[in-house]
Amino acid sequence: MRLLLGISLALLRAKLKQSIIAAVGVTFSITMFVTLLGFMNGLNDMLDGLILNRTPHVRLYNELKASPEQPIQRSWEQGAGAGDLGAHHFIRSVKPKSELARLPNALGLMRTLAKDPRVLAVTPRLVAQVFFNVGTVDLNAQVSGIDVDQEVRYYQFMDYLTKGDPRDLATGNNTIVLGKGLADMIEADIGDVVQVTTATGDRALLRVTGMFQSGIADYDKVQCYASVKTVQKLLGRPSTYFTDINVKLRDMALAPAMAKELAARFDVDAVDIETANAQFETGSHIRNIISYAVGITLLIVAGFGIYNILNMMIYEKLDAIAILKATGFSGGDVRRIFLLLSMIIGVAGGAAGLVCGIALQHLIDNIPFITAALPTVTTFPIDYDPRFYVIAVTFALITTWIAGWFPARKASQVDPVQIIRGK
Amino acid sequence: MSANTNVLDVRKVNKSFHDPVTVPVLKDVSLAVSRGEFVSITGKSGCGKSTLLYILSTMDTDFEGELVIDGELTRDASGSRLAEIRNEKIGFVFQFHYLLPEFSVLRNVMLPGLKLARRSDQEVEQRAMELLRELDMHDHAHKWANQLSGGQKQRVAIARALINDPLIIMGDEPTGNLDNRNSAIVFDIFKRIASEHKRSLLVVTHDEDFARRTDRTILMDDGRVMVA
Repeated sequence: MRLLLGISLALLRAKLKQSIIAAVGVTFSITMFVTLLGFMNGLNDMLDGLILNRTPHVRLYNELKASPEQPIQRSWEQGAGAGDLGAHHFIRSVKPKSELARLPNALGLMRTLAKDPRVLAVTPRLVAQVFFNVGTVDLNAQVSGIDVDQEVRYYQFMDYLTKGDPRDLATGNNTIVLGKGLADMIEADIGDVVQVTTATGDRALLRVTGMFQSGIADYDKVQCYASVKTVQKLLGRPSTYFTDINVKLRDMALAPAMAKELAARFDVDAVDIETANAQFETGSHIRNIISYAVGITLLIVAGFGIYNILNMMIYEKLDAIAILKATGFSGGDVRRIFLLLSMIIGVAGGAAGLVCGIALQHLIDNIPFITAALPTVTTFPIDYDPRFYVIAVTFALITTWIAGWFPARKASQVDPVQIIRGK
Repeated sequence: MSANTNVLDVRKVNKSFHDPVTVPVLKDVSLAVSRGEFVSITGKSGCGKSTLLYILSTMDTDFEGELVIDGELTRDASGSRLAEIRNEKIGFVFQFHYLLPEFSVLRNVMLPGLKLARRSDQEVEQRAMELLRELDMHDHAHKWANQLSGGQKQRVAIARALINDPLIIMGDEPTGNLDNRNSAIVFDIFKRIASEHKRSLLVVTHDEDFARRTDRTILMDDGRVMVA
């Protein structure tokens, strides 16, 4: 094998220019493949992070809906001989009460969930619909009451807080963090006091302690945050009143199953992250498919380059092939020589491509990328997943092997007698 | 293998070319070459002497009849076994030099030896240098093959043919491309190989002077052996 490798290298040296051109083709395609995938995935992660970081894996709530079972039904079915009357009830008069938004026994539920080994964090929330009064206009908005410390720890709350200190929100009474868009509309800044009106008509004055920007403008126009206590007070509810419980799991993949289980066990509504954000997964998948398709196309083009150059080389080296065969090298040896030649081009080109690709990734990673929508992002995102490097090198080797195999087989089938006698 | 076994035995070999019409080129050719014998094959152009040589070389397997090399019937041997036989038992010298221009003179001589791998690389190199010295080519050992003259290349090709101590050396018009002086040198080398190294030689030539000075001349005409 060492001898065959030596012969391959000698042939390569003799056609150095063409070999380098073939290798550069591989280098170029690997560079683009690695850069493209790193960049695409970096973008995917960033865009997914916009939503997924902030979204609980399972959200428990109590949906406002018409009771599926009207009271009359109960007595109807329980009543003796009800079916014999051949009658049909049509009373659907019982409407949902406002109390229904409340999650029953929320504290007990949270204690139970916190003991579950699959659960990373349980955070309560309550949501209040409010109006901000700007002159004669009432702006509709939503105040979420949050456990600030937990939100900072598990939902990257800090990443989106562009101004202010979360501690002011946690400790202060009657404090609020406004969405950037909303703050601009009501012309409020940190330290200002704003007046809000709840859906039931109660009014309250809240001090602005911070501003946040989620990267989704419409969301920033209607969303505000305050501590749980503040919102409970705003709504005039007791400290056991919660509307949502957010659960973050250790393994996100368990979310759909867990949501079903919790919904059945506690008789509440539960939605999991995959159901709530299916469109993001789909988008990521499609972007991934596109980058793989482009990368693999580039590699196939590089493969054709290798194929052409090897074919030409074999045509020019018919004499050498004939003499090798005449002096005792078998067809298999000749095939291995040219296959090795192809693999040397592939490995050299692939290694160079990997280096160039990683360099290009770092370059892109340092290009400034400042957008109002994404406060925490300052440069283009890159995903340095080593998996892409492995895939790129594997594909490069497979492509060059296939590109080398056909010409190599042709070389192994050269009839030395024809070449020698043809002279 | 006993000493009196023939190195080469050919029994009733027939071969035809089929393109575009079937033309028989070898008709019932039988011959034998014994150890240390210097045999030449002569005949007019197109009498089939080169065709016969390439059948004997095992490179052309498309024929009827039997070819036995060193007691081994080649008909049943696989392609890679035939390559091994060529490597170990047959040395080739062609009309055109057929050195590999990608390698140095020394490396060209060494290649079949490295392929056989019976000896270590160092020993093969030593042996190659000895052969080059014997053929007065050792000063050129580290030159590239294409820096040599025709006669020098042919001498290197002979050294390469000898590297594995083959049983038989086959030549296809080895002096056909050389001037008289170089032809004489090559002939003397062949003579010496036969007498000193006890190798068999089978050389196709149309040089009558060359043929006359060999141990035995096989004359062919129209695909038949006329004088064996």
